Amino acid sequence: MKNAVGRELPEQIGNYTVKPFAGTGKAQKVLPPVVSKRQPRLGPEDGKKLCESLQEAIRKTGLKDGMTISFHHSFREGDMIIGQVLTAIRALGIKGLRFAPSAVVNIKNPSIVDFVKDGTIDRIEASGIRGELGDAVIDGLMEQPVILRPHGARPRAIETGELQIDVAFIGASASDEYGNCTGQIGPNACGSLGYSFVDAANAAQVVIVTDNLVEYPCCPTSISQQYVDYVVVIDQIGDPAKIGAGAARMTKNPRDLMIASRAADAIAASRLFKDGFSFQTGAGAISIACTNYLAERMEERGIKASFALGGMTANIIEMFKKGLVRVLECSQSFDAVAARAIAEYPNILEIDNSVYSNPYTRGSMLDKLNFGVLGALEVDTDFNLNILTGMSGEMMGGLGGGPDVADGADISIVTIPVIRGRTPSIVPKVFTCCTPGDSVAMVVTEAGIALNPKHKYYDMLKEDLEAAGLKLVTIQYLCDLALSYTGIPKPIETTDKVVAVVEYRDGTVIDVIRQIKR
Amino acid sequence: MERKTALKRTSLYVSGTNPVNMIQAGFYNEDCMVFDLEDSVPATEKDAARLLVYHMIRDHRPAGKYILIRVNGIYSEWIDEDLEAAVRARPDAIRIPKVEYPEEVTMIAQKISRIEEEAGIEVGSTELWCNIESYMGVFNAYEIATASDRVVALALGAEDFTASMRSQRTKEGAEIFYARNAVLMACRKAGVEAVDAVFSDINDLEGLKRDTALTKNLGFDGKTVVHPRQIDVVNSFFTPSAKEIRYAKRVLEAVEEGKRQSKGAVTLDGSMIDKPMELRALTTLAQARAAGIPV
Repeated sequence: MKNAVGRELPEQIGNYTVKPFAGTGKAQKVLPPVVSKRQPRLGPEDGKKLCESLQEAIRKTGLKDGMTISFHHSFREGDMIIGQVLTAIRALGIKGLRFAPSAVVNIKNPSIVDFVKDGTIDRIEASGIRGELGDAVIDGLMEQPVILRPHGARPRAIETGELQIDVAFIGASASDEYGNCTGQIGPNACGSLGYSFVDAANAAQVVIVTDNLVEYPCCPTSISQQYVDYVVVIDQIGDPAKIGAGAARMTKNPRDLMIASRAADAIAASRLFKDGFSFQTGAGAISIACTNYLAERMEERGIKASFALGGMTANIIEMFKKGLVRVLECSQSFDAVAARAIAEYPNILEIDNSVYSNPYTRGSMLDKLNFGVLGALEVDTDFNLNILTGMSGEMMGGLGGGPDVADGADISIVTIPVIRGRTPSIVPKVFTCCTPGDSVAMVVTEAGIALNPKHKYYDMLKEDLEAAGLKLVTIQYLCDLALSYTGIPKPIETTDKVVAVVEYRDGTVIDVIRQIKR
Repeated sequence: MERKTALKRTSLYVSGTNPVNMIQAGFYNEDCMVFDLEDSVPATEKDAARLLVYHMIRDHRPAGKYILIRVNGIYSEWIDEDLEAAVRARPDAIRIPKVEYPEEVTMIAQKISRIEEEAGIEVGSTELWCNIESYMGVFNAYEIATASDRVVALALGAEDFTASMRSQRTKEGAEIFYARNAVLMACRKAGVEAVDAVFSDINDLEGLKRDTALTKNLGFDGKTVVHPRQIDVVNSFFTPSAKEIRYAKRVLEAVEEGKRQSKGAVTLDGSMIDKPMELRALTTLAQARAAGIPV
């Protein structure tokens, strides 16, 4: 069968039943039966939550073969918890687990691949996989397809019971012995724990893993004791250098700067750029530069934003300190400056991922967002975005909140160079469709800005950008230009085996990724 | 030969060895792109660079740019092959490094004429920029600028010039002050354009601003840049004032009026308007348009 973006999908993939993506305006409006609600619970009988070791905590949770475990990805590449927990699970001989972190970070020594190969893990559900694990999955490592969900889709999947978590292991840079914990303080502070709130509230068992046991009660508290079953102290939860040692630096790449500046110009040209506007920019090189340019435009015009949303970086904190933004709604902290800022300023808030991006709540903050700046690996002439797979089909990134931001924000802006190295980024058809083109307002490149004629704000944007003298081109022009330099790449050949399912925000399938033929 | 006017505020060097940079350079705001076969290309890569640049310009010529190729030195072993490829690539101009004597220009111009003829290209259509990079070049600047009709600009090269003078290169540039003025005067007298030297520290944008202010105030038409980061800074200095725009318009109106009345010579405010003045007026208006000023 074909879905609304024309992708050919099987009806069933292993145990996975496919609900085809029906279109952005046609998100499943009927709510599935609610399985998530707070259950009456008791603490441990002896009143002691603190365990001697990871193995003891795992034993006490009753983790068994075939169950589901979860983690957050807030320690990014510096994560040392996932490896230690999986090693302890392996030592206990538990097999066949479903591994369901908020995103899979590229950890090495040990690699997740080792735990798949030895049978500890046999299913993965996350927002993205890459590196060694990504390569292995695309080569057909796993029996069951990996299920990839954007950030906004994960809370829904958990709350509807599609993804029931048996044990959530939540890393915290400070915790007390009763489980009040946070990521905002301590030597390995990672900032917001927003991605773990849904796990804490819904997992059958919750284990806090820390290397920084503080006096009861831990203050500030991000996840409170009422959700926590056990606490384990280990030697080290992360490598601070890789968690995000300092502020991410402004890129010097002149092409990226040009795209970033043009994206800021596009925002500044819009009539929605006025006092009280809101934005989300992100953490890529172009995004960080765009944030800086946006701050300049705001200062020049004397415009202040009401809020910035999502993942925070040092330069957004800087804007906040200058009074350019009133509130920062922080679901993730991308660097050390942003990680510590939550504890320092009352108007920098740690928010639940569900509040940020979940379309199945009484309202997520994305619904109130004016401008969202996104990255992508490929854009096609229908404005569909690929944010997962590279030019040879390899897993390169994660869905993150990209599809959510595109759909939620009034104006979603994709910043992307026309070509990268020798490969085109603007193509006739993306290899993997992750974000439907209907939700993308414009694509900003070094060769001009392409507005999406099908976007709800097309007429307004065309008028505003033309009035500002910005160079508008068609997406077909950008595609032709890219291909004129690179030639038409040979199509990637795949087998029929589906190795990953790409879910949209509403849990429908927007695309699948098939095994690459080698 | 009738020459077109073209903005020359910024000319960006792009190495002929780097296809990605060559493609990318077309998207920046520089007026002139100089595909380099000389200093940025190692001796072992000369053939490859020549082919790359040839195909880049033939097949992917960036729209709206004045295109140049800097060939290897006049006495180098590569010059003949460079000229063969460069002329056939049909750039707007060829940039000759280290020109010291007018005879060198004549010799290169003759070679270009022969290649143009063989290739069926209008003879004389390939323009020349001469890089003035030594005390002898500065000394002979006017003769060089007038040695061939093809010469449309002289470009000062400060690094080699200071080496030839045994002077120390500084950011303040006192050591090239005379050379700048000498080259500029030669250009004005010859009616060709004057392009100032590179500001080498690509990380010092404040220094670049100071240096470009001097470039502009002395009277240069533009400046060579070595990094895309320098382009917008330099362009910003070559935005004409309202007074300059008004004057340029009056010059062009006088020329038009002269044509209508079939006058041979046209005057404005008691002075003769010659061809270089007319070209400069056109350039002023083009600069204004490039800066987004309605004219």
